[in-house]
Amino acid sequence: MNAPMTSPWAAAGLVLRRDLALAFRRWEQVTHPVVFFLMVATLFPLALSPKPSLLADIGAGVVWVSALLSSMLALESLFRADVEDGTLEQLTLSGQPLAILVLAKTVAHWLLSGVPLVLASPVVATAFGAAGTAYGVLMGSIALGTAVLSLIGSVGAALTVGSRRGSVLLSLLVLPLVMPVLIFGARATDLALHGDPSAAGPLWLLGSMLILALTLTPFATAAALRISLE
Amino acid sequence: MGTWTWFHKLASPPHFYRIAGKMIPWYAIPAVVLIVCGVYGGIVLAPADYQQGDAFRIVYVHAPAAWLSLLCYTVMATAAAVGLVWRIKLAHALAAATAPIGASFALLCLATGSIWGRPMWGTWWTWDARLTSQLILLFLYLGYQALRSAYDDITKADRASAVLAVVGVVNVPIIHFSVTWWNSLHQGATVIRAGGPAMPPSMLIPLILCFFGFTFLYAALACVRVQAEVLRRERNAHWLQDAMGARGAKE
Amino acid sequence: MQTFFAMGGYAAYVWSSYALAALIVAWNVGSAVQSHRQARERALRQVAMAAATASSRAP
Repeated sequence: MNAPMTSPWAAAGLVLRRDLALAFRRWEQVTHPVVFFLMVATLFPLALSPKPSLLADIGAGVVWVSALLSSMLALESLFRADVEDGTLEQLTLSGQPLAILVLAKTVAHWLLSGVPLVLASPVVATAFGAAGTAYGVLMGSIALGTAVLSLIGSVGAALTVGSRRGSVLLSLLVLPLVMPVLIFGARATDLALHGDPSAAGPLWLLGSMLILALTLTPFATAAALRISLE
Repeated sequence: MGTWTWFHKLASPPHFYRIAGKMIPWYAIPAVVLIVCGVYGGIVLAPADYQQGDAFRIVYVHAPAAWLSLLCYTVMATAAAVGLVWRIKLAHALAAATAPIGASFALLCLATGSIWGRPMWGTWWTWDARLTSQLILLFLYLGYQALRSAYDDITKADRASAVLAVVGVVNVPIIHFSVTWWNSLHQGATVIRAGGPAMPPSMLIPLILCFFGFTFLYAALACVRVQAEVLRRERNAHWLQDAMGARGAKE
Repeated sequence: MQTFFAMGGYAAYVWSSYALAALIVAWNVGSAVQSHRQARERALRQVAMAAATASSRAP
């Protein structure tokens, strides 16, 4: 007697809710990347100079590089725990399309690591002398960018989940792939922080990158997971 | 015999091993001839450039290196995709063999480009679109090699790095496009126009010879490396034992 | 001859580029050949071991 099969999207919803629930128990996994983000951003004025003109020039770039590095750190935890306790294997055997389940996990990951960065970015931007009027575009660009980062990063995380060398290897693989995101995102943010309306251009491009990543990366990630779990 | 029989035969390791062995001289000798002629033509016969003087002669190693780095990445990504989709181990072997070749020529391209840039632009490096995307290409190669070496099991290494190669190849045009766009927004960045069609034959012909010569060189190197990969992967196969055993008995 | 080697004043740049190219080509050839040789030796050893165990099992 067969139980009625849950639809793939319902299964995805379950995975998403589970990941969010688990994260609430280990709150440091959400807060640590944000603190890292703030600390890395702080390094730049310390290492370079706190001159306001310099900070205004580099502000957008600093926000983006710090967000990128913080995302790299957070990617570690995307699959590792589930691989260790066997949940991931169960997901691959569940009969549901793995790409959709993987997408659910990536969305959860973005909600837990990307969104906090979106919320923290105005703090850093203000510290670098940005006017409050630019916050909307700033947060929008960080939201789009971190989403693409999570998606592309999930491929790297899936590829390296089985190896012992972990986080450095993960960064080596993912960083070259996300450089275009950095280029457009930082460009959009910089234009926005300086009140330039042509920030729309790079934002649209970022949006199209997001759509490309949304449609392609879950399949690559699922394939990579199957390979890593063999 | 139909075309598919030929394809399946080629995909069988012992057959490929024998063919690769036979092809090596057919690639290596033209490579030597073409490169020697091209370099001689470029260094000795070609006239000095009006603007760059004799420094432009670096193009005869720099441009072919750039070409090879891109060719190798394309071959690597295509072979990886074929290996993933049709599960042909030989395709993975070709990808693995091509990677170090491509990476070394990407490095040569960057190094010779930097040396050329010093007298021409007054700087060893600039974040120009072409340079930056070439640098990122080198990073992609290095990441591919790093991922390969992270796995002890050859099959896992093959398939994981194949996924990376395919994802990376999607990124190559994106990188080039995005970096070009980025640089055009930063006014004042130099845009390189390497070579260009306005080259007289005395300069162009040696360059073409070098392009072909280096391509033949890649083919010869790939044959040798794929043979090595086959030996490494098919160690327990019957044919290998016979082939090696027969030769071992003679020694 | 002297003017040829001087490369219009760019001697250091031109010749170091060609030297690097020669180095990279040499490394490629050497590395490929060495990789092939190592794989061959390992394969020969493997076959020799297999032959040895086979003969030791023979009555």
